[in-house]
Amino acid sequence: MTTSTAVKSKERFLSKEAFAQLFTVLRDHGYTVIGPTIDQEAIVYDRIHSVDDLPLGWTDEQAPGSYRLKPRDDEALFGYVVGPHSWKRFLFPPEATIAEANKTDAGWQFEGTTDDPPKFAFLGVRACELAAMRVQDRVFLSGAYVDPIYQRRRSRSLVIAVNCTQAASTCFCTSMRTGPQCTSGYDLVLTELASGFVIDAATAEGADILDSLETTVALIETQQEARAARQQAVQQIERRMDTTDIRDLLLSNLEHPRWSHVAERCLSCTNCTMVCPTCFCSSVKEVSDLSGEHVERQRHWDSCFNFDFSYMNGGNVRDNTRSRYRQWLTHKLSSWIDQFGTSGCVGCGRCITWCPVGIDLTEEVAAIRGDVP
Amino acid sequence: MSSSYVAPLPDPRLATDPWRASTVAIRAVRPEVEGVSTYDLAFQDEAVRASYRFAPGQFNMLYLPGAGEIAISISDDPRNTATCAHTIRVAGNVTRTLAGMKVGDTLGLRGPFGTSWPLAECIGRDVVLVTGGIGLAPIRPAICALLHQRRQFGRLNLLYGARSPDTLLYAREYDDWSERGLIVHTTVDRSALGWMGNVGVVTLLLERLRSFDPRNTVLFCCGPEVMMRFTVLTALNRGMSPEQIWISMERNMQCAVGLCGHCQLGPDFICKDGPVFRYDRIAPFLDVEGL
Repeated sequence: MTTSTAVKSKERFLSKEAFAQLFTVLRDHGYTVIGPTIDQEAIVYDRIHSVDDLPLGWTDEQAPGSYRLKPRDDEALFGYVVGPHSWKRFLFPPEATIAEANKTDAGWQFEGTTDDPPKFAFLGVRACELAAMRVQDRVFLSGAYVDPIYQRRRSRSLVIAVNCTQAASTCFCTSMRTGPQCTSGYDLVLTELASGFVIDAATAEGADILDSLETTVALIETQQEARAARQQAVQQIERRMDTTDIRDLLLSNLEHPRWSHVAERCLSCTNCTMVCPTCFCSSVKEVSDLSGEHVERQRHWDSCFNFDFSYMNGGNVRDNTRSRYRQWLTHKLSSWIDQFGTSGCVGCGRCITWCPVGIDLTEEVAAIRGDVP
Repeated sequence: MSSSYVAPLPDPRLATDPWRASTVAIRAVRPEVEGVSTYDLAFQDEAVRASYRFAPGQFNMLYLPGAGEIAISISDDPRNTATCAHTIRVAGNVTRTLAGMKVGDTLGLRGPFGTSWPLAECIGRDVVLVTGGIGLAPIRPAICALLHQRRQFGRLNLLYGARSPDTLLYAREYDDWSERGLIVHTTVDRSALGWMGNVGVVTLLLERLRSFDPRNTVLFCCGPEVMMRFTVLTALNRGMSPEQIWISMERNMQCAVGLCGHCQLGPDFICKDGPVFRYDRIAPFLDVEGL
């Protein structure tokens, strides 16, 4: 969401034809549009230029360890749920130069990051993803130290949310109280209907863009239709996670036999952490030119599932899958609350879908709670 | 108690880049024991040097371009503002590269980071410092601070264990520390010709410590994790309570500011919630294997 001031809600109707203008308007406002598009048989987030880049008429079918694109019987542009990407890859890039060192006559001299991102417009942000941005805001912006790359990218970004009108079998945002309806954290919000969109602005910047689009009054019936579409997503959510006292539940069960049970299935592949919209672990590597006198410090995503992530004094603290899975789940659902005052999980279900062996964290939590045999 | 002994926290409104290092030059290298040297580092930028303050127990990130970056405890007297001493053992790629550098060479420094020893809590009380091996290095600034305001404290005891007599760190300073009111007790794992002192683990020194008032003592501990665990057990057995015991922890660190995730132990980031912890805070997580 941009830093511009909040405005009062005023729903308008945007036809499918007029929606195409959005790309021109965003370009005129200086934005680089990032949105959903099909690549390698998945709906991913990438730079897009027009409506033609959107996954028109496609949906995703998700289950533990399974993701497939399927054609829809309509022409929905946002008729899918979430894919392997999240907006984190544009706010906290998978690779970024965080600092530079140059050897001079006066010895080594050091520079901070020179990251100069474009102004992003994120198109198609789901409620769980708005929640994920709020979580990462806590991580990168709320402490005594602020991440300069995240801060710069985040403060320049325009967020165009799109309400979910359907859910995947892996979704559990209602348990995490993050969705499916978008309630805050956006500049503009859309609900897609067969004939067009109900659109609303929450910030002055969003309203400015909305005013540049050809919209009409959103009729009562249209507003009702949008409400019904949003309600459909709520009704489709079947997966649940009981979050009662979850912080203490996990931290008081650090020797529970379930950790060994899940370790027998977990491949420690890091997929769950790569697709998670809130996981923030990273490592830094030295990238030197041939002279050795210009060195860049490149930060890249890392994962607590990597063997050497906890390397210290010639050994690894977490030297087995049991301890690494336990670290991930207890951090995500328990210690995150101590650290940042919020759960690290937004209920998007990506870690379930993209786990090659279909490990489902909601099941693991239920097992530790003793709800399943 | 001087306020400069409290860990300074950055002002988030200033939004300084936590990744940006400052240039420091090696002013002196003092070999300590086999494989361990102390490096006096001086900031190149006069303004940075003038404003740099640290509290005993804090650490810096030392950056050798191309080789990498490591977390190193500060070993200097906190009142020394001209240079900043770091006692470093050759252990990996970065420390090996550093060992090959000479006076005048430059490197990067970020810091100081982390929490500090609770010196203000020691006023009017006895202090026992229990350390092992190079664990004495992060304690040295606390020794300097305690001795600088010696009259504010009760009995001061240093219990120090090393592998062998020739690996006792800062041995040349013990006489000075003793004269100024710190009772230095040493022990070694393996004796050597001419050694007339104690042999055995450092916890034996704590078990045998006389004139010990468990209710009015603060204990600082720094050393290998197993040594700290047994030290805490001994201290508790001798009647101390967990709130009087402070330990300095170590984990893999890359950012030093709680943003990279490496150093987590339960709910804590060792880099910013530690490295110095009051024992009761970290106790539930210290004994869990592989946490």
